[in-house]
Order: sequence, then C-alpha cells, then structure tokens
Amino acid sequence: MNWFIFLALLQDGITTGAIYLLLAIGLLIVFSVTRVIFVPQGDLLAFGTLTVAALQGGHLPGTLWLLDGVSALALIAALFQGRRAAMRGVLAWGIYPAVVTAIASALAPREIPAISIILALAIVTPMGPLIWRFAFRPIANASVLALLILAMALHFVLIGLGLVFFGPEEAGAPPITNANFDLGSLNVSGQTLAILACCVVLVLGLRWFFGATIHGKALRAAASDRLGARLVGIDAGATGALAFGLASFIAALAGVLIGAVTPLSYDAGFDIGLKGFVAAIMGGLVSYPMAAAGAILVGVLESLSSFWASAYRDVIVFTLLVPILVWLSLRSGSPEDRA
Amino acid sequence: MTPLSSPPRVISGSAPGRLCVDGRVKHGHEAILRGWAIRFAAVIAIILIPAVLPTFYVTLLGYVGMATLVALGLVLLTGISGQTSFGQASFVGLAAYATTVLTKSYDAPPIAGLAAGLLLTGAIAWLLGLVTARLSGHFLALVSVAWGISFFSLFGTIPQLHGFNGIGNIPPLRLGRFSAASLRVNLAIIWAAVALIMAMSANLLDSRIGRAIRTLNGARLMGASVGIDTVRLSRTVFVIAALNAAVAGFLFAHFERFVSPTPFSLGASIDYLFMVIIGGAGSLWGAPIGAALVVMLRDQFNDWIPRITGQAGDFESLVFALVVIVLLQRAPDGLLPLLMRFKRRTSPHAAAGDDAQTEQLPVPVTVPGEELLALQGVSRNFGGLAANRDVSFTVHASEIVALIGPNGAGKTTLFNVVSGVLPPNSGSVRLFGVPAARLSPRRVASRGLARTFQHVKLLPDRSVLENVALGAHLLGRAGLLRAMLRLDRAEEAHLLSEARAQAVRAGLGNMLHVPAGDLPLGQQRVVEIARALCLRPRLLLLDEPAAGLRLPEKRRLASLLRQLRAEGMGVLLVEHDMDFVMQLADRVVVMDFGQKIAEGPPERVQTDPSVVEAYLGGLT
Repeated sequence: MNWFIFLALLQDGITTGAIYLLLAIGLLIVFSVTRVIFVPQGDLLAFGTLTVAALQGGHLPGTLWLLDGVSALALIAALFQGRRAAMRGVLAWGIYPAVVTAIASALAPREIPAISIILALAIVTPMGPLIWRFAFRPIANASVLALLILAMALHFVLIGLGLVFFGPEEAGAPPITNANFDLGSLNVSGQTLAILACCVVLVLGLRWFFGATIHGKALRAAASDRLGARLVGIDAGATGALAFGLASFIAALAGVLIGAVTPLSYDAGFDIGLKGFVAAIMGGLVSYPMAAAGAILVGVLESLSSFWASAYRDVIVFTLLVPILVWLSLRSGSPEDRA
Repeated sequence: MTPLSSPPRVISGSAPGRLCVDGRVKHGHEAILRGWAIRFAAVIAIILIPAVLPTFYVTLLGYVGMATLVALGLVLLTGISGQTSFGQASFVGLAAYATTVLTKSYDAPPIAGLAAGLLLTGAIAWLLGLVTARLSGHFLALVSVAWGISFFSLFGTIPQLHGFNGIGNIPPLRLGRFSAASLRVNLAIIWAAVALIMAMSANLLDSRIGRAIRTLNGARLMGASVGIDTVRLSRTVFVIAALNAAVAGFLFAHFERFVSPTPFSLGASIDYLFMVIIGGAGSLWGAPIGAALVVMLRDQFNDWIPRITGQAGDFESLVFALVVIVLLQRAPDGLLPLLMRFKRRTSPHAAAGDDAQTEQLPVPVTVPGEELLALQGVSRNFGGLAANRDVSFTVHASEIVALIGPNGAGKTTLFNVVSGVLPPNSGSVRLFGVPAARLSPRRVASRGLARTFQHVKLLPDRSVLENVALGAHLLGRAGLLRAMLRLDRAEEAHLLSEARAQAVRAGLGNMLHVPAGDLPLGQQRVVEIARALCLRPRLLLLDEPAAGLRLPEKRRLASLLRQLRAEGMGVLLVEHDMDFVMQLADRVVVMDFGQKIAEGPPERVQTDPSVVEAYLGGLT
C-alpha cells in the first residue's frame, strides 16, 4: 500500500467513523437517561436513508404511514390521560403527522433533494418517542437486560417493517453537495466535509443544549440520578421521550448523510449501529470524548482492514473490543450490585 | 469435616421431598419412590415417544430438545446468575463444526467429535470469560453480540468450512458397532441428553455452589463477604452455559447431518434468549417450555403468516418479535410463573419440621484478650470529602465495641474499610495480628471476619435457611462436579445443619423456609447475623443490627451477642439505639465528621462533653 491509498482509506475511515460517532452519541444519551441500550437505532438510520430514497423516487415512503398509524394510537391513548396530556397529544400526535403527511404528499413528486432530506428527518425523528411510548415506557423500571432484550425484539420488528416498506433492494440518498476538492494528489469529496461539518455542528449543538437549556439540564439530571430527578419534579416519561427523540433524529441524520456515500438495504442498519456500540463501549458507555475517539478508531480500522483482509473486516473490528474490555475490567472492580 | 453430633435430618432444597437423605423415614421413602417413578416415566417417554411420532414431529421435537439444551445454559447464565449472552449460537456452531470436521474429514468416531467440541468451546468460553467476567451485565451482553457476529463471519469465511454452501453428509452418531442413522433414535438420544443435563443442573442449583451462583445476580458484594470468589464463579457459569450449547451443537451436526453458518447467526442467539425470557428465566423448567413455544410458534408462523399476507417477507419475524415485546411487557418473568400460579402451592419444607435441637456449635478460636482488629490512623476520602480521618482503635477477643455517631459520621465507610470493600487512603489495618488493609472482602472473610450490611443484602426469593447457609460457603469443599453428580450430600447435610443451628440460635427457628424477602426488615437483619455466624467468625461486624426490631427481639439479640462474647468472639457494631448500645457494649467509640471524638466505657462516653455536643448540637 502506498501513501496515497493510505490517505484515501484514512479519509474513508474518518467519514464512517463520524457516522459511528453520531450513533454512539445517540446511544449514550438514551442509555444514560433510560438505561435502554438502543439497538434499533441502526435500523432507524436505514429508515432515514431509505425514506429519502423513496421521496427522491417520487413516492411516499411506508415510514410515513407508519408514523401516521402509530401516532394515531398515541393520540387515542393521550386523549384518555387528562386535559394537558390530551392537548400535547393532539399537537404532537395529531397535528404534526397531519402536517408532515400533507407537505410530503404535496412536495414528494417534485423530488427536490433538500426537501426530501428535511421530510425524511421529520418522518423518522418522531419514531424514537413513539418507540419509547409504546415499547419501553411500560416497563421503564425493568432491568437493563430486560430492556436490552426488548430492544433486540424491536430490532426485528423494524427490519420486518423495513422490508415491507422498502423491499430488499439497496438505495442511496442524494448528496448534500457534489463539490470536490483536490488536496495535492488526494481527492476530498464535499460530502465527507459535509458529514464532518454536520458532526461538529451536532456535537456543539448538543453541548449547548445540555449546558444551557432547561430540557437539556433535565436530561442531565435524569441521567445522573433518575430517582432524584423525579423527586424534584422532572417527568421521567418526558425525559425518556426527549432522549429517544434526540437519538432518532441523530440516526435519521446519520442515515441521510451516509446514504449518499454508501447505498443501504433495509437490514444494513444493524451492523452500522453495532459499530456505534463498539465506539460507545470504548467510552465505557459514559464518556462522550472517549466514544468520539473510539468511533474514529473503529472507522479507520474498518477502512484499513477492508483493504487488507476484507472478509475478516467485521471480525477485526469486533475483536478490537477485547483489549479495551480487558483494560476496562482491570480498571473497574467487580460489577456494581443492583441498588 | 467435623463429625456431626446429630444425624442429618431432612435436607432441604428447591425440589420437594425427593432430596431427602435420612431423618423422616416415611417422608423420605415416599419422596424417593416418587422421584424414581418420575425418572422411570421419563425414560419410557424418551424411548417410546420418538418411536410412534409422525416424522414431522420427530424433527420438530429434535429441534425443541436441542434448543432446550442451549436454553438450560442460558437459564443458569441469565436467570440465575444475571449475565446475558447474545452469543450462545456461536458456541453451538463451534462444537458443530468441530465434530463435523473431525468425523467427516478425519473419520474420527463421533465421541471424539464431542470431546473436541466440548474442549474447544470450553476453552474459548473460558478465554472470553476471562475478559468479561468482571464486567457488569450489559457489557457482557454487548460484547457477546460482537463475538456472535465475529464467529458467524468466521464460519462463513474460513475456507475449510465451505462457507454458506455448508458441509453435508456428516456421518451419523455411532458407538462401537451401533450406529444411529434414524432420526427417531437421534431424537431419543437428544432428549436423554436433555434429561441428564437438566437433572445435573437441578442438582447444581440445589447445592453450596448453586447458592453461591445466586449471589452473582445483584448481590456480589454479599457473596464476597461470605468468601465466594464471585469473579471466578461467574466465569465458571459462563463456561457451563457454553458447554451446554456445545452439546447441542454436537447433536445438531449429527441430527441434521449438514452444517452451514446460518443456524449459528446472531439471530439464532437472540432466539435462544427469547426462549428463556418467554419460558421464564428464573427456573430450569423455563428452558423446555420456552424452547417448545419458540420453535413451534416460529414453525406455525412460517406456515400460516405467508398464507394470510399472501406475500413473502419477514412478517414471521415481525409478528414473532411483537409477541416477544408484548410478553416482556405483560409477563416480564416469563410464562412459567404464570403457569405455576394455577398449581397448588406446596411448601416443601413445612413437613420437614424444624424442631432441630441446636447442634453443638463450634466456639471461635481466640485467645482471651487477643487483639483481633487494630486500626491505626486510618483515613478514607471520597474526592474532597474525608469520610474517615485518622481513626484509630482496637477490638479484642471477648469484647463488644460499639461505634456510634450522628448520621454521616463515617461509620459505614469505616466498616467497609475494615471488611476489605474499600481500601484506606492511608493508615494501617491489622486483622488478627496481620496487616489487612489491601485484602479483598473474600480474603477478609476467609480469615475469620464476618459482617452484616446496613442495607440488607439477601436473596429475597430464597428461603431463610438457604440465605443463612450461604454463610457456610467456606465450610464446604465440594465443587461443581460433585454437586452435579450428587456426591456432595453428606457435606451438604452438614452445611445445612450448621445453618439451621445458627438460624435457630438467632431466633429464626420457626421461619426457616419462608422466603427471606417476606420477613419484616428487622428479621431480615437477623438473617444476616445468622448468615455471618455461619462463617464461624472470630470478629463480627454488625451494621445497625437492632434497627427495626421490636423490644423482645432486641433483648434476644442482646443475649445472643453476650453469649458470643462469652465464647470469645469479638463484636464491632454500629448502632443508633442508645439503650441497646449502652447496656451491651464494653467500649464505645464515638465518631463525628469522620473523626474519632471519644472512646471509653459507655458510662464515661455518655457524659463526655464533646459527645454531648456532637449529638445535641452544642447546647452545653
């Protein structure tokens, strides 16, 4: 391998690493607030890509009908829960999906990339809160393991739906930019830069959100002490919905971004999500900067190993976990007991 | 082993009656007869059912049996010890490929394939366990996803394994001249293996090691405090679960006579976990129930869902996953507990009678006046907060020392330092004359220190007797294999009679077989004390033993402690009940803001101005 190929692989690795980073962040937010290990996040990523692809193909995606259907259920449930919940429910699960559906029906035939991307984000983002509402909130106090198993089951539900909605074919998303830059002999694509820029903006945005807004602070409070947060009046249901909403927004965004680089099929999200996990585990499921470093490392390693030993790519990436876990296990004592 | 001064009575366990060794002869005979009847019926069933079933069901039941084997391991791993693995299918695959390669390419007898599969799987699981055994549950779960994918991808890429084309024409099972080419014979072999492994697992759970395994699920600190090597044990359980999967893999290869990577995918691993969750992870019977339900549901779904929807798709998995989600929400403990609700609840032990005479209990080996514990300048910080600052005091044999002080004075931290849970930042801890500041809780326990916890740590679903018997862990030697093969009965009888004696002595004689979690909090503390006494400690640490006790119970506790003192034990206790402390303690150490502010006999401490100030806020 020469220097040139190395740089090209490095660029590739950093691009995918940035996607893994996005997923790792979503995973960490959800885990620290609700203790759910959000396996289906990768599937939402695939939903993001495929929803854009469908809109760009000029037809309405199945995910839109899914949004409408599940929102209707949530609306009905909210109507039985007192006046305030009902009003919020009408807004979130009645008016919002209706507006999104109307806009999508009106604009999808025009196939404008920017509109398709925004619509895809608008369609996939509410799935997180809906998943929280119907899957996890009913057993929010169950053990981490029970929640994890439920998340696994949910993964099968989502890929099942994905197959129904989008069929088995791969599809891609339109790039945000078609620009290209030549850096010496290296060609840097504008999409790579766009992905990195989105990553940076998102990280800074989350920083601001967690540091300066009341909702962000509520999330942090719920993350550090769920019971304590409830005692000071932070609604566990609302923080959970917010955390899942952030995660599904991040997943949809990542899907839109990566879709322009690699076409995805309905079941491709899981592997991508898992590599986000690997990154998050490197952060010990607690530290954002560590997870960022881990994500870039996973991306670069994957890109390099696909050059040398492509058949063993996944094996190499997942084996990377072992030394990290050895280190983690030496650092921490015995596993904490349940409180 | 000390000779028993009274014959072992009824040995209690999780299963009713059938485990009786001696004692109530009539009860014992009935149970033994019933046990043999069940076994006989099982053998007949295993031989007859395969012979008469239609072929379709033979295959289906074969799958159920093999899945049950994997699920049995997962019950131990997930339900009992609280660890989760999404990688069991890869262990099935390892063993299946091992026997395939050996029997097909090298023409080795299947028994060699079985041995190779067990060895290979066991070794790999042991290595993985080396890495994961210290990690808390969800880490293991995530890592297992990773190796599940890695092994799957290896099965698909190693050229000798022929990738997704698979390897066919695997020779059938044979032993000497007997060859089992027929599916029906294989089915009988599979279910015989299920019965055998299930019996061995049940034996294991009803033993000293079995009790120890239960502490892995959320009570590891307590386990360590009675001398259980929790890290090693959780690795062992992990290996056992992998070996169960390996047996299934071996049988699978010779039942199907074809292997390819597909049945060893992550999806298959997740299915095994679903089986355990659906059946009920808390009991071994959850495994066959869950396996049967999942295998048959999947079969049915594959059959009629495409007919309804009229199109090919992943609807089967989708519907199945929805069923799992609803079950998790409605019946988080699985279906088994729901089924059991309809069964008459019998209390297996009520008949056993608990009028056991108190056994002559051994007296702790201490020299009168011997120094048991000496703290010198001990400090412990949490970040900037000094929980203990420069604390020094001693505890001697035949002495009750009380540690008192307002809330937040650092008493519990000091307990944790002494019992090895927290290392001190500075200062020395001498236990029984030997430096002990860096010892683990387990080592501290094995040297003769026993403790109770401020926040009670019990196995709430297990009986009082079993909880107390945990304390006797270090008195036993019998390992895994002896427990599985029931060669540990004499020792088990001894441990349980010791536990019973200590429980009776602590005043729990009429509640031995009640689930410990059903007792009032005060009585749960007494269970902890009885458990601690089972360690035959020389020094006993009690964290608020009298909290939640009624007056007569307090008196009983006080007289027990006096008796222990008379026998030579040293007792260090934290307590807020001043009447209790002042009547009992020989010496009182008063702490405030992490420091020792006074020490002396109760009457002198009570009038010490600095103590009065600490408690009453400087009114003097």
